[in-house]
Amino acid sequence: MIEVEHLSKSFKVKKRDAGVGAALKSLINPQYTTVEALHDISFNIDEGEIVGYIGPNGAGKSTTIKIISGILVPDSGKCNILGHTPWKSRVNHVKNIGVVFGQRSQLWWDVPVMDSYNLLKDIYKITHKDFRNTLELLTDTLDLSTLLSMPVRQLSLGQRMRCEIAASLLHNPKILFLDEPTIGLDAVSKIAVRNFIKTINKEKKVTVILTTHDMNDIETLAERIILIGKGKILLDGTLTELKNRFATHKTVTVDFAENNAPISIEGTTILSRSDERISLSVALDKIKVSEVISRLSKQFEIIDVTVNSRPIEEIIVDLYKEYQI
Amino acid sequence: MKLYLRYMSILFKSQMEYRTSFILLSIGQFFVPFLTFVSIFLFFQRFSNIRGWSLYEVALCYSVTHMAFSISECFARGFDSFSSTIITGNFDRILVRPRTTILQVLGSKFEFTRIGRLTQSIIVLIYALNNISVVWDIYKIITLILMVISGILIFTGIYMLGATLCFWTIEGLEVVNIFTDGGREMTQYPLSIYKEWAKKFFTFVIPFGTVNYLPLMFILDKVNGNKLIYMLTPLSGMLFIIPCVLIWSFGVKHYKSTGS
Repeated sequence: MIEVEHLSKSFKVKKRDAGVGAALKSLINPQYTTVEALHDISFNIDEGEIVGYIGPNGAGKSTTIKIISGILVPDSGKCNILGHTPWKSRVNHVKNIGVVFGQRSQLWWDVPVMDSYNLLKDIYKITHKDFRNTLELLTDTLDLSTLLSMPVRQLSLGQRMRCEIAASLLHNPKILFLDEPTIGLDAVSKIAVRNFIKTINKEKKVTVILTTHDMNDIETLAERIILIGKGKILLDGTLTELKNRFATHKTVTVDFAENNAPISIEGTTILSRSDERISLSVALDKIKVSEVISRLSKQFEIIDVTVNSRPIEEIIVDLYKEYQI
Repeated sequence: MKLYLRYMSILFKSQMEYRTSFILLSIGQFFVPFLTFVSIFLFFQRFSNIRGWSLYEVALCYSVTHMAFSISECFARGFDSFSSTIITGNFDRILVRPRTTILQVLGSKFEFTRIGRLTQSIIVLIYALNNISVVWDIYKIITLILMVISGILIFTGIYMLGATLCFWTIEGLEVVNIFTDGGREMTQYPLSIYKEWAKKFFTFVIPFGTVNYLPLMFILDKVNGNKLIYMLTPLSGMLFIIPCVLIWSFGVKHYKSTGS
């Protein structure tokens, strides 16, 4: 569905030091440096996938999104999305996609949401019948009915984001690009947005490409992640693969009846210890979690056990470190 | 076209959210150019003509220029204020919608307060028509209408050129005002009162001359020779928009390859 091959893109950036003198100098004799934003990016995405596209700031996420949504032209490489090359047949290509930029609004600020939707209906040449059906579905699933008659400027950020997402789905796109859709939202709105993305993905088979810095988004939504750093793809795989590769330790926390006997199990290190509780970090290649628990149960009268994997957030930080990005 | 009207209606609604500001701005737009006309009027109280042009003839010239200017400022405002579209990143949004960039930029902003300036120029037009000694026929009326339309296209073309510059730099765009505001101020008088180089510049480079001075000669029966050429000069002014559109699409291409 989306085929990207050997995409490269570099930008010329004007080099300028601070100060008025430097500003004058750059006016007369501008110095440019070339920044390679993307280097040989290739990936394929199938219909119905949700892909988390992650990486630190400045890694090239936005540039990629801009190229595959037809805003930018790459220096080299091929891209085929539903039979179109985005930058060659822009108008035909963008009919198939919906784009949400989390930080920018696509709605008209001073008029009721419904007016914006009506205008979008004309922009995308949506037939009356299709428009009504889609709008009904979106209104139900996103709970928009009370919002449609309100001017955008009076909506809260969470309400606005729901309206934004609905706006980019009015023309029934097959692909949805979400650029930081949950940025700045409160917990309730975040969950609403996530659930909705899941729903349309399941029910309408909309392919979703999602960039975010919120690892909870990734964990609840994306089956597959593509990690990009310094313009290169570093990792492309499922979330489980990623976890297995980097989750080499688990944390076991045990509550027990008061007991201060010393303890030492090979393959574990004690993170904290009190008379009623112990936290152990378990190296999975040396000992199994079940083994640790059974050893502990021989020694203590166990009340409660919790086992935690490392949070995905930490894994990502490690990844960034490993690739030095 | 239907979409364009849709854009217009949604932006009109937006503007109506701030009714007081709209009314005050419109009144302001009425009086600012009106004062310019008063100064022309007072000028003619002392001197009965400039280079053979009477007050009413100048008034006619003035009203045509100001009508074209106010209409183009109202409808092509999206190009006039294009730098903000670039800065806020809204041009990316335009590029992900399946319509031409020109239509969408035109539809991105309307400046309805220019109704004040338009009213003012129509009043001056009526005043001039009532007092001028011209025998009107259908050709002259057509010419007058062509003058306004062609003027609108030229102003719009200049806005487009200015907007295209935004793809390279968003600094120093005031330069464009030399041609719009400057062009307006120059061409509210007949071009013949200026020096030769100014006349040539505003006829062949930015063809304001073809929308008022030359066809006015025809309307006022000041032509010696082929009248048809003078009558049809507004058409050549319309051609001005063609290179502007081409340069605009070149600019869009540049934007798409640099993203700045």
